[in-house]
Amino acid sequence: MAVTTSDRPNRAAGSMKNRLKPGDWTFTVLTSLTALVVVVVIAGMFFELTHDSWPAIKANGIAFLWHTNWDPAREAFGIGSFIVGTLITSVFALIFATLVAVLVALFLVEIAPRFVSRPVSYVVELLAAIPSVVYGLWGIFVMGVFIRDHLGHFIVSYLGWLPFMNGTPLITGLFSACLILTIMILPTVMAVSRDVIAAVPGSQREGIAALGATRWEMIRIAVLPYARSGIMGAAILGLARAVGETLAVTLVIGNSVTLPSNIFAPAYTMASVIANQFPESAGLHQAALIEVALVLLAITFLINALARLLVWKVTGGQRVTVQE
Amino acid sequence: MRWPFCSGIDQSRAASAQRLRFLPVLVSLAVLSIAALATACGGGGNTSSSTTTGSPAAPGSIPSNIGKGDSANLTGAGATFPAPIYQAWFDDYMHNVSQKVQVNYQPVGSGAGVTQFTANTVDFGASDVGMTDAQLAAAPDAQLLPTVIGAVTLSYNLSGVTSLKLDGPAIANIYLGAIKNWNDPALTALNPGVNLPNAPIQVAYRSDSSGTSGVFTDYLSKVSDTWKTQVGASTAPHWPVGQGGQGNAGVAAVVKQTPNSIGYIELTYALQNKLPFADVKNKAGKMITPTIDSASVSAAGVTVPSPQYQISITNADGDNAYPISTFTYLLLDKSTGKCTQQTPLVDMLWWVFHDPVAQQDVKDEFYAPLPSSLLPRIEATLKALTCDGGSKPSLKSQ
Repeated sequence: MAVTTSDRPNRAAGSMKNRLKPGDWTFTVLTSLTALVVVVVIAGMFFELTHDSWPAIKANGIAFLWHTNWDPAREAFGIGSFIVGTLITSVFALIFATLVAVLVALFLVEIAPRFVSRPVSYVVELLAAIPSVVYGLWGIFVMGVFIRDHLGHFIVSYLGWLPFMNGTPLITGLFSACLILTIMILPTVMAVSRDVIAAVPGSQREGIAALGATRWEMIRIAVLPYARSGIMGAAILGLARAVGETLAVTLVIGNSVTLPSNIFAPAYTMASVIANQFPESAGLHQAALIEVALVLLAITFLINALARLLVWKVTGGQRVTVQE
Repeated sequence: MRWPFCSGIDQSRAASAQRLRFLPVLVSLAVLSIAALATACGGGGNTSSSTTTGSPAAPGSIPSNIGKGDSANLTGAGATFPAPIYQAWFDDYMHNVSQKVQVNYQPVGSGAGVTQFTANTVDFGASDVGMTDAQLAAAPDAQLLPTVIGAVTLSYNLSGVTSLKLDGPAIANIYLGAIKNWNDPALTALNPGVNLPNAPIQVAYRSDSSGTSGVFTDYLSKVSDTWKTQVGASTAPHWPVGQGGQGNAGVAAVVKQTPNSIGYIELTYALQNKLPFADVKNKAGKMITPTIDSASVSAAGVTVPSPQYQISITNADGDNAYPISTFTYLLLDKSTGKCTQQTPLVDMLWWVFHDPVAQQDVKDEFYAPLPSSLLPRIEATLKALTCDGGSKPSLKSQ
């Protein structure tokens, strides 16, 4: 996984100069075949999801997107609260994970000596290897209890005057899901940000240091602007994971269709409702769940497009490629 | 060596290079679409297991005349709730009776079980809620067969309270959010002498759609009109209050970790994990502790209809009947099954209902057995099953 900021590789010139030798030809076929598989799979998914959810799309209409009355027993399907839950949890996770990840990455690259940065990087990357069911169970038994007994009260007493922050902290709820997602996407964002920051040319740092900059000034003036687009790319990767995360969130979010009235109330995400209800669903209920999947896919596309637009704005048109 | 496909490149390199750059891409596209077509056309069909007709099992290893049939690989899919007992039965049958009958049971959920059974991709299905009329119309050859009884307990977390008594309306009002506090008069009246705290009730429910939620809401619909009109019976109802845990383990975790909470959990799970649970008042007005016996009794008090045995046994008559119970069903072919699959399957089911080993499994796994009054009818049903389009009886051992 790597994020690189680069000019467009001059592919046309390369292939014009070299004749298409058998090796080149095979290689081109092979690579374009694999690339096409990805495109075909996505297109096939869109087609299949639309096809299978068609009965629900016809029955529910466009109000499906904002009604909050999901009730399979009455064949009433509105996914407003699922969309709200998905957006709140993933945006929360995105903001906090990126903040922490960039600070950790800066520490590892700019400040920490090698014998510290190596093991710390390793430990943070290890977070990515933990299965999400383990995160979920840890979320209920450890983190949830900590939120209910300590963190929740702390937040209510200091931020309770804010509109959405006042409530009774529970083990499972919106805040638990936000926090678990933050921890889960942290290693992804951190690892990529670290590589991007490390890739800032040493000459740039030396130059600014030679002008008499302090360490913070060097980071602010020479390092961060250079790494900005890469860090944005890292955040996009994290966001994509947060939007689609299922099991851990299902275990800790409380799974309530009612719109959450505060940050501690039980809520629901789109991925969770599919995981919860798909196995026992049939008929219109199943079609509606497939429609949820379709909307989730569409939202993921939208978020990616918006994020790319944002990167493009921030970097002033500099090209960013994200490879996973 | 010149690659034959590329022989034209030298002549008009400048002009065609641009075009040829896309040639490999076009070739890949063609290959891909052909592959896609091939999979689309080749799919479908019966994916159920293969069968080999072999020699009869070694006579020495067979305790009775059961299971002398041919070897078979059977596949089944469906409900998750009875999966542990089905697994135990299939294992014990293989080890004690016939090593040649191997069953692969996939606990994918009742809904998926019915779908796969109707599509004929499995030899048998399983469902906690049986089949709806529409589903039966789509699978006219289906025979439902109850196997064991499940019950749902109300588990609670109240410090200092060791016994809790509830009745139907009280449970419904707790889950409707109408009873908000533990010291509500409706609850204190049911629990004289118990010091219920002045604390809000933390309600927990199953978030994954399951037969457990289905039987629980079915019961609440019978005992509360408000529940019936506002929420109704469903495997995935719109819960007015509370937080959802995933699976029995999820609900148990929420209840365990949350003081002043209540949640519903399968009896098997509650017994295995020694969770405290409430007594529930039954239709006869008696407070009943959920046990394997009281769950069995709930099926004895109802008239089970023929031929599909489909009936709700919640809120059943009977002095000692625990009111939140349900049958779980196997879905079998009446006549269209292949004898090579159907005969070993039905032979095994005969063993399930008759052999002490199989009945011991039921107790060991904390399930409630069917009342003995049902046994003659189940025998008759098994004997009536045929295979290969009705040409032969399925049951070999009788």
